[in-house]
Amino acid sequence: MNRDIVVIGGGIAGIQSSLDLAEMGFKVYLVEKLPSIGGKMAQLDKTFPTNDCAI
Amino acid sequence: MRIGVFICDCGSNIAGHLDCAAVTEYGSNLPGVVYAKENLYTCSEAGIVEIQKGIKDHNLNRVVVASCSPRTHQPLFQSSCAAAGLNPYLFEMVNIRDQCSWVHMQERDRATEKAKDLVRMGVSKAAFLEPQDDIEASLIPRVLVIGAGVAGLSAAETMADMGLEVVLVEKEAEPGGLLNDLYRLSPYGENSSERIGEIIKAVSSKPNVTLYTGSRVEDIGGYIWDVDITVRQGGGETVKEKVGCVVVATGAVPLTPEGLYGYNGRDVITQMELEERLLKGEVEAKGIVMIQCAGARSPEREYCSRICCQTAVKNARLLREQSPETRVHILYRDMQMYGTENEQMLWDARGEGVRFDVFLPDRPPEVGEGKVRFYQPLTGERVEIPCELTVLSTPLVPREDSASLSQLLRVPVDQNGFFLEAHAKLRPLDFATDGIFVCGSARYPANVEEARSQGLGVSSRIATILFKEKLVTSAIVAEIDPATCVGCMGCMEMCPYGAIDYLPEEGVCRVNRILCKGCGCCASTCPSQSAMLKGFKPNQLLAQIRAV
Repeated sequence: MNRDIVVIGGGIAGIQSSLDLAEMGFKVYLVEKLPSIGGKMAQLDKTFPTNDCAI
Repeated sequence: MRIGVFICDCGSNIAGHLDCAAVTEYGSNLPGVVYAKENLYTCSEAGIVEIQKGIKDHNLNRVVVASCSPRTHQPLFQSSCAAAGLNPYLFEMVNIRDQCSWVHMQERDRATEKAKDLVRMGVSKAAFLEPQDDIEASLIPRVLVIGAGVAGLSAAETMADMGLEVVLVEKEAEPGGLLNDLYRLSPYGENSSERIGEIIKAVSSKPNVTLYTGSRVEDIGGYIWDVDITVRQGGGETVKEKVGCVVVATGAVPLTPEGLYGYNGRDVITQMELEERLLKGEVEAKGIVMIQCAGARSPEREYCSRICCQTAVKNARLLREQSPETRVHILYRDMQMYGTENEQMLWDARGEGVRFDVFLPDRPPEVGEGKVRFYQPLTGERVEIPCELTVLSTPLVPREDSASLSQLLRVPVDQNGFFLEAHAKLRPLDFATDGIFVCGSARYPANVEEARSQGLGVSSRIATILFKEKLVTSAIVAEIDPATCVGCMGCMEMCPYGAIDYLPEEGVCRVNRILCKGCGCCASTCPSQSAMLKGFKPNQLLAQIRAV
């Protein structure tokens, strides 16, 4: 069985999945159609309720 | 001392706003420095090769990189040093991007001078650095799950499938939690006990799950990654277990609204009691009023319980489905029907003839004999609805024993008494303490799919730890010198991670280096300087400060 994983979409959900899977020891391919990952969250300034910088 | 200094241009990010060549020249003349090099991008492959070449060619025993933030790049530079044979703890990083070029963009000369100061400080500290070894600990691929509701069962099921051993502790006689007492689930009307029954069956069939029912976790000892637990079973006998991680899935309970809206458990009941009557087929009332936010979103309980709106609409539809002549009237403040299915369910309910009316929080409905009266803000009139049954949508509240469990586990609860995660967005299922996780309504009121998603999510978080052969953590931890410690315990109160214990026999405090995160709170508190943080010892920090 091929144990590599592809994650489609590099927003917060895709990035966290990729990070956790990589920590588990899997090889992950993260595919994002835009030039940079981060998705909507990377475009936000501060996020509620902690008001920390979204990026 | 053979210190190498590497100054990063970061393209024009640093070099565009200060004179990197001058900083490099300056660095090369500092005491102990035998080699200084300016790189276009120190983090690029070429830049890394430069560091490694410098270590070999110049026999460097300390490396200082002046570039960007250690938060993002220190691990890369440290591992590059290690690959070239230099102990990674003999590396020091200076941040001339965030602290010089970015904040002093219009002042090239002063930014350059400040960069020189910071490099001088870094070099001075580097001279006092000591080699360290990463801390390694073995991991126990066994997990304690506290609570066998939908969240805990889901976590247990998935972890068992992943090959981990699970110890599942449930205080009730049967697993299943609140779902055992519910009738049908929103939004599709599935049978609750059938659905939870499937999950219970799946979990019970796993040989690597040990389920203790009618039992409680009485004691927790050892430390995370190597936890000794004592489970007291229903009969009074105790069992000892050893686990690597802990999951809190203790759920929540619906508020019993004593003294609210004339609650009496007979003709003024809660949604939970309505579910039980629906389950037994005991609802005969033909006129029913539901009151939302009963005991919630008030000064004493400010939060929204999230699930009560969908529960009310679901039950209103079920009541009318069973007997179409039943009149159901929902009095609400705001309908929180988030998501696509719930919103559709609301519109379906309206179309089917469930009545909805807004009431104002400062003029709540009055429940009387055979009727409910409320002020209708749209018409400005007082409206009376005849009814035989009033159903109060009460919020889920934390379980009574969650406070004692939080003390036992040394994890926090929020102002409402729900367990508090490490970070609302980035670490929603983790506690700040390593190896302890939370899912389901123990954290915040959750519906079935949310509780299950969180249970599955927790198993994934745990897999990131327990799928490894061993635990490797940073050597930057505190240590307390037992020769000078007087056992004042001042450090214990400051430690955010519960990493310090008091040893009564020796009369001193001791740091658990596996739990320690290297924050340094204990070191800055200790009146006798017995607590010291490796890599940030007084002589190292003072050398840095005196270089200013």
